[in-house]
Amino acid sequence: MLEGIKIFLDPNTQWILFGSMLLGLCSGVIGSFAYLRKQSLMGDALSHAALPGVCIAFMLTGSKSIILFLIGASIAGIIATFGIGYITRNTRIKQDSALAIVLTVFFGLGIVLLTEIQHSGLGNQSGLDKFLFGQAAALVLLDVFIMGIASILLISICFLLFKEFKITSFDPEFAKGMGYPVAFLEQLIMLLIVIAVVIGIQAVGVILMSALLITPAVSARYWTDKLSAMVILSGIFGGLSGFVGTLISASGNNLPTGPLIVLAATALFILSVIFAPRRGILSKFLVHILARRTLKMSKLEIKRKERTV
Amino acid sequence: MSAFWIILTGALVASACGLVGCFLVLRKMAMIGDAISHAVLPGIVIAFLISGSRDSLVMLFGAAIIGIITVFLIQLFTQSGVQSDASIGVVFTALFAVGIILISLYTRDIDLDLDCVLYGEIAYVPWNTIDFMGVDIGPKAVLGVGFTLFLSIIIISLFYKQFKVCSFDPAMAAAVGIPVALFHYLLMGLVSLTTVASFESVGAILVVGMLVVPPATAYLLTDRLSLMIIYTIIIGCFSSILGYYLASLLDASIAGSMICVAGAIFILALLFSPAHGVFMRKIKQNKLIKEATLL
Repeated sequence: MLEGIKIFLDPNTQWILFGSMLLGLCSGVIGSFAYLRKQSLMGDALSHAALPGVCIAFMLTGSKSIILFLIGASIAGIIATFGIGYITRNTRIKQDSALAIVLTVFFGLGIVLLTEIQHSGLGNQSGLDKFLFGQAAALVLLDVFIMGIASILLISICFLLFKEFKITSFDPEFAKGMGYPVAFLEQLIMLLIVIAVVIGIQAVGVILMSALLITPAVSARYWTDKLSAMVILSGIFGGLSGFVGTLISASGNNLPTGPLIVLAATALFILSVIFAPRRGILSKFLVHILARRTLKMSKLEIKRKERTV
Repeated sequence: MSAFWIILTGALVASACGLVGCFLVLRKMAMIGDAISHAVLPGIVIAFLISGSRDSLVMLFGAAIIGIITVFLIQLFTQSGVQSDASIGVVFTALFAVGIILISLYTRDIDLDLDCVLYGEIAYVPWNTIDFMGVDIGPKAVLGVGFTLFLSIIIISLFYKQFKVCSFDPAMAAAVGIPVALFHYLLMGLVSLTTVASFESVGAILVVGMLVVPPATAYLLTDRLSLMIIYTIIIGCFSSILGYYLASLLDASIAGSMICVAGAIFILALLFSPAHGVFMRKIKQNKLIKEATLL
């Protein structure tokens, strides 16, 4: 027990805990919109697409500063979202293929640039892949600070434009009819996903960042049909996974934080699949049994009536 | 000689992936290749922990099993009402996380190099050969991927009509009595096998790219499925040839260059395809507007 309290008192752990909770919270919130718009895998695509941005930022400046990497990754991410949007709007290629195309072509380009950097002797490139695979334990005060500002910005935009996002996500045609700038709003949602991915990459890494965008939102969807409740619940799930994952990682068994956060989110998802009211396996099973029992009862009733007749 | 083997492997991977990829693009499941190539990590690690060897056949077996489980889980969640893209995302990220945790739990002292095992490098293909009765019969990758391609060609040409109807109109397929679920799992099994067999030798990114980029390009060029498959294979082989020479020119990653070439071809098709290209549609629109104003 004492050990547990000690963990909370360590200022370094406090920062990491705070950072991963914030990250889980904001990716949960924006992830719900991504889920509704069938763009859950956008996070996966964007986090891969960040690679060439990071490489170019390194090639241009020759320095391994986190802020430059973040800028490079964001620019690459924004270009990728434009590419995905352009392909889906202008051709008959569906969104999933567009995502996969942008993901692989950007990542391929990134690998070419990475080998180019390796061979050109521009210096030690080892920091680049560290950046992409993420290490929550290496977060410093400045990183948590950047994460905090970005998450507050993200959550407040979602809060202020909640109605607009909601209508655009559920019924874009109706939103157009109402006079909303639908294309702008769609781009804005994608931009918010880019921001969430870029700040998350550092902490949990490329692949696991997409889990934080998807899993809390899907779990929340099991519990409610109301968007507002879903967004809040998804944020809570995300924050909780961040908290639990970091705590387990910090409690001394030297396991990497990112995967633990994802596994915590997955555990919440499995709980939701089993125990959620109406959609969950358990409640479906109960409904099934009840229905069978009432059927049996009514059959007995009919038989009794037949007998009396 | 090594250039020949590398290009041949690239072309085989492109053909094998493109063949099944056409159906994935049509069925809106393009991201499944990416999902499988990440999700098989725990399978590889568990196979390694059980067998204690880095023999690629054992690892391939572990990967193939987890690949099938991945596909099954995705289908399970999709049927219970989760959107298909979200269920793909949940399943593969969870499995990938399990894989990383397993690695950091058990293999700290053992040398299981992720870069080598999970993400093969196409440049090393010519040196990893198989001896049969004392005779060198060619690189392992060529044989493995070639066998998968052969299997896919046989299965798809046997059930071509069924696969076609299932991809375009599953409801009609069910109505005329085709076992839709069976063909779904058959296709997914082929995808899983192709992905696992290829990425071990050439790297995940090339596999995921070849599954989607050439089929999507071909989808812009034609309306016939048979032509789409043929175009896909031509585009895939062309990208692997050109990609190899681009890579040796730039002294860069071969797999990355192949994908970049495929991407460039896709952009060309996106802009200039006679049927569905952006420019052609603009020209057609302008013509229509002109005719309308003349009337």
